[in-house]
Amino acid sequence: MSVERIGKIEEEAAAAIAGAGDTTELEEARVRFLGRKAELTGILRGISDLDPSERGEVGSAANRAREAIEALVAGRAGELEREELGRSLETDRLDVTLPGSPPRPVGHLHPVTRTRRLIEDVLVGLGYRVVEGPEVEHDYYNFTALNHPEGHPARMLQDTFYVEPSEHLDPSCGSGPMDVLLRTHTSPMQVRAMEDSPPPLFVIVPGKTYRRDSDATHSPMFHQVEGLAVGEGLTLADLKGTLLELLRALFGPDREVRMRPHFFPFTEPSVEFDVSCFRCGGQGELEGGERCGLCKGIGWIELGGAGMVDPNVFGFVSEHGYDPDTVTGFAFGFGVERIAMLRHGMGDLRFLFENDVRMLEQFS
Amino acid sequence: MRVPVSWLAEYCDPGLEPGDLARRLAMTGTEVERVSGRMGGDPGHFVIGRTLEVGPHPDADRLSVCEVDDGTGTRTIVCGAPNVAAGQSVVVALPGAVMPSGLEIGEAKLRGVLSSGMICSEAELGLGDEDDGILVLGDGPEPGTPATEVLSLDEPVLELEVTPNRPDCLSIYGVAREVHAVTGAELAEPPWDGWTDPGPGEVSELASVRIDDPELCPRFTLRVFTGVEVGESPAWLKDRLVSAGQRPINNVVDVTNYVMLLTGQPLHAFDLDRVPGGELVVRAAIEGEKVETLDGVERELPEGTVVVCDRDGPTAIAGIMGGASSEVSTGTTSVLLEVATWDGPGILKSSRELGLRSEASNRFEKGLHPALASRAQAIASRLLVEVCGGEAVPGMVDEGAGVPEKGSVRLGVGTAARVLGMEIPPATQEESLERLGFEVEAGEAGFSVLVPPDRAFDVTREIDLVEEVARVADLDAALPATLPATSGGGLSREQALRRTAEDAIVAAGFDEAVSWSFTSADSITTLGLDPTGDPRARPVAISNPLSEEQAVMRTTLLTSLVDAASRNLARGTGGVRLFESGRVYLPADGNVEAGGSFPGNRPAPALEPLMLGALASGALVPGDWRGDGVLADFFSLKGVLEQVAGSIGVSIEVVPGAEPFLHPGKAGRVLVDGQDLGWMGELHPSVGSAFGLGPSVAFEVGLDRLVAASPAGQESFVEVPSFPPVERDLAIVIPETVGASEIEAALRKAGGDLLEEVVLFDRYTGEQVGEGLCSLAFSLRFRAPDRTLSDEEVDPLWETIVESIESIGGTIRG
Repeated sequence: MSVERIGKIEEEAAAAIAGAGDTTELEEARVRFLGRKAELTGILRGISDLDPSERGEVGSAANRAREAIEALVAGRAGELEREELGRSLETDRLDVTLPGSPPRPVGHLHPVTRTRRLIEDVLVGLGYRVVEGPEVEHDYYNFTALNHPEGHPARMLQDTFYVEPSEHLDPSCGSGPMDVLLRTHTSPMQVRAMEDSPPPLFVIVPGKTYRRDSDATHSPMFHQVEGLAVGEGLTLADLKGTLLELLRALFGPDREVRMRPHFFPFTEPSVEFDVSCFRCGGQGELEGGERCGLCKGIGWIELGGAGMVDPNVFGFVSEHGYDPDTVTGFAFGFGVERIAMLRHGMGDLRFLFENDVRMLEQFS
Repeated sequence: MRVPVSWLAEYCDPGLEPGDLARRLAMTGTEVERVSGRMGGDPGHFVIGRTLEVGPHPDADRLSVCEVDDGTGTRTIVCGAPNVAAGQSVVVALPGAVMPSGLEIGEAKLRGVLSSGMICSEAELGLGDEDDGILVLGDGPEPGTPATEVLSLDEPVLELEVTPNRPDCLSIYGVAREVHAVTGAELAEPPWDGWTDPGPGEVSELASVRIDDPELCPRFTLRVFTGVEVGESPAWLKDRLVSAGQRPINNVVDVTNYVMLLTGQPLHAFDLDRVPGGELVVRAAIEGEKVETLDGVERELPEGTVVVCDRDGPTAIAGIMGGASSEVSTGTTSVLLEVATWDGPGILKSSRELGLRSEASNRFEKGLHPALASRAQAIASRLLVEVCGGEAVPGMVDEGAGVPEKGSVRLGVGTAARVLGMEIPPATQEESLERLGFEVEAGEAGFSVLVPPDRAFDVTREIDLVEEVARVADLDAALPATLPATSGGGLSREQALRRTAEDAIVAAGFDEAVSWSFTSADSITTLGLDPTGDPRARPVAISNPLSEEQAVMRTTLLTSLVDAASRNLARGTGGVRLFESGRVYLPADGNVEAGGSFPGNRPAPALEPLMLGALASGALVPGDWRGDGVLADFFSLKGVLEQVAGSIGVSIEVVPGAEPFLHPGKAGRVLVDGQDLGWMGELHPSVGSAFGLGPSVAFEVGLDRLVAASPAGQESFVEVPSFPPVERDLAIVIPETVGASEIEAALRKAGGDLLEEVVLFDRYTGEQVGEGLCSLAFSLRFRAPDRTLSDEEVDPLWETIVESIESIGGTIRG
């Protein structure tokens, strides 16, 4: 009788548990079938009062039933929790079309800085160190030691800003009206670098330079990168190879470099160098025969000056290990703004220094 | 230098299209700026006309109405030139003509008068720079003559950009020699050959010169021509001058200019009758001396300017410009022709000091060899006879140190290859040099080379000869591209850390400004810096600035940042977040550091520290539909600075400290390890408004020094803690005058080694704590590295902490 009853209880419990619609009803069912006052609990509690012959059978049936009911409760509880979570998530809705909430805005490096870093990285990869020199400079480094003797007409090529003599300048400065100036190129650092370290020397000098000139393509302040390589057996062909690597890194792998003989007092031979036009591929005309506006139909874009270091320049640093009979060297220099403007298609150099955030924020 | 192709072809005709010749020259070292002079359309639209009548325009003061005979009839042309007059032979552009500028000439009413055509100036015809009047042809070709028969209208002109080492290319014959060298086309005999001196005679009785300072005047030659008839030059001569960009004056002056253009050697003609006794003296000007130059300007001569004097004083500025008193004019019958050699640097200096440059000074300043004087005398003598009807008085006055011998330079057989990295066959080297006018003698080990006088200053060393053979060889096409073996490139640690710090401030939302290094003296004054004590008030000053706005070098990045910010805000940007990483320029003032910071033997003239500065106004983080964002204020900017310093492992501390341009209550010094690196704070409202800015916060710190403080790359690893901490919160009420950093220091001192972290998480001021007081809430974390910390161990520390807080005037709440 008892065993049958136990089976009956289990059936009833299973029905009640399955019918429980939420966790409250399930808890009621659990209390009803497994609570202290539940019939099954009573049976289990009364087992010891039973006849010993019945005890084993009823005991194990009741325990089995209890375990089964507990498992059903747990199973149903899991189901109900999932259903309830599902229902609550259903109502917790976002308007996913609202605008995203911006993080702290990210700023932008100036295009001149980006370009300068790019140039530095390419040349660092070719084995150069980066060195920096003063912008307020002695005439000696800017001109004299670069083989521009006093009275040399080449001094006139660069319209120079001079610094007023002052007791506040370093005592090494001459007191003449033209002894201290704003460097007109990064080349003074060639001499300083050679005074500082013996050959072999592979350095680049990025920095600000100044010339007394102001229009769309000339700014009284601009940035140059200078390169100087000195060692045994360096040649003009090495200069060409170095420029080719640099210009391909800046303007694309298909570019060519062209060197035109020129004159600079501190290099001999001297050249100006051009890169083949990256818009028309050096053809001078675009598809359809239209003249290329970037290179003005020439196929080449003028970039900078270069050459083999003039032995006279070594003469100024000969006590630092630069003997013109044993070492040769090459130097090159070009404008950072020009590279930046070419790469980004900008027109007016002076606009770069307006620092208009609408310009700055275009570059990333 | 304008080189008319037909004039060039007289001495060397390579048979190339002008554009091709220009490219060839450009690739061998002579830049051709452009090929000009070509007419845009049919040159047949330009004819010679004669002005028959010239009258005033009824409705315009500056215009004239001209009746012009064009050979087929009379046409009316309105002309604006001041020099138009009846009876002139002029160039008329008929309707349909296209000017070199691209302008098409039509019939048009000018102030009510129909004008059919245009009377042209030199500049309009692309023949020269003269644009202040029409071109008047002296010898009157028939009206209707095509202008191309008289003028080289359809002739291309190479406009050369000559480098300062090549004064020989400031001459037609010099360019011809260059063309010969680079194309191989035949070079005609020099134009100075073939004139025979009439022989010794009596020139010394008519003229003499004394050179007081031979250093300044290596050679001075004089010839005399009598019976000269001064007048207009023949058409061929005018045409040559005009197409080369020179304005015809009279036949004598035109001859001197022609010879200068042909040989590169300037000449000067005096009216002999206006040089008393024909006696000249070359000397340096003394203070206060004056001379009226040919351009009609009276000039005070800087002391030391070399002058050519007659008995009455200076009558010409040597090598730069002649004087009015001895000028050749219509009445001149005897010409004293000077061809001299001057010291180049001296001419350059004088021309600069006078602010006067001329075709002559442009050549002399680059250095001319004394041998050139004889050449110019030879050609000019022939022409003054042929063109001006004069007679050459035999003989030449020739004073000076004599003509130096040709320089001799050796070129080793392998030198070119060693420098260029490319072999040039010896025969090619020899041929190139010879074509360039060098005399070459080949030997076992190389060449022995004599330098022609035209190149005496440019070619003095072996390397100069290497350049010559390199540029004539087709350098670019033939030269291989190789890479040298290098080692050890890279950014220095400091340069790399600088980039990291810059990237960090970019990540914090700031845009980078790159500003002028210049600023105005006023902007520094506006900052209110102490002129006696503050080095930033003593800027490096430019002697020749472009403007007052750019007269001094900046001493702080703040002037740059406020400029950039105010420009952006004026354009309607709601707010700005700008930074700059750059140098400022401070007086060295005997500071040894000035020299130490850059390589090289001589210290830098000024101190040029690298600074990092930032300025923000408006939102640091913009608000959105969910909230207000973060305003740029003292603490949000301080957070940015902490983050930037933190990006390279540096902790900063800010302590109260004033700057005259900052809000006195919201200003601080930025310290790293107790060292002062700069300032931060809110801009003083009056400074802000002076620059057109609203409330703004800014900082400026020494980037060099920030980087120097960085441990990046040198850190030692510390074991991460494996035992749990004990966390406790603490609320303190304390006078507002006690700084948070002081309280934190007290907590740390009392907490000892077990106190791992102190975080301020709340601050309150108001009625509940009482006036002058504030309530601060800290959370403290204690941890032992080797064991689990118990409350019993922390409790005694807590008592010390309470005492420590009380000792600085605080009380512990609740």
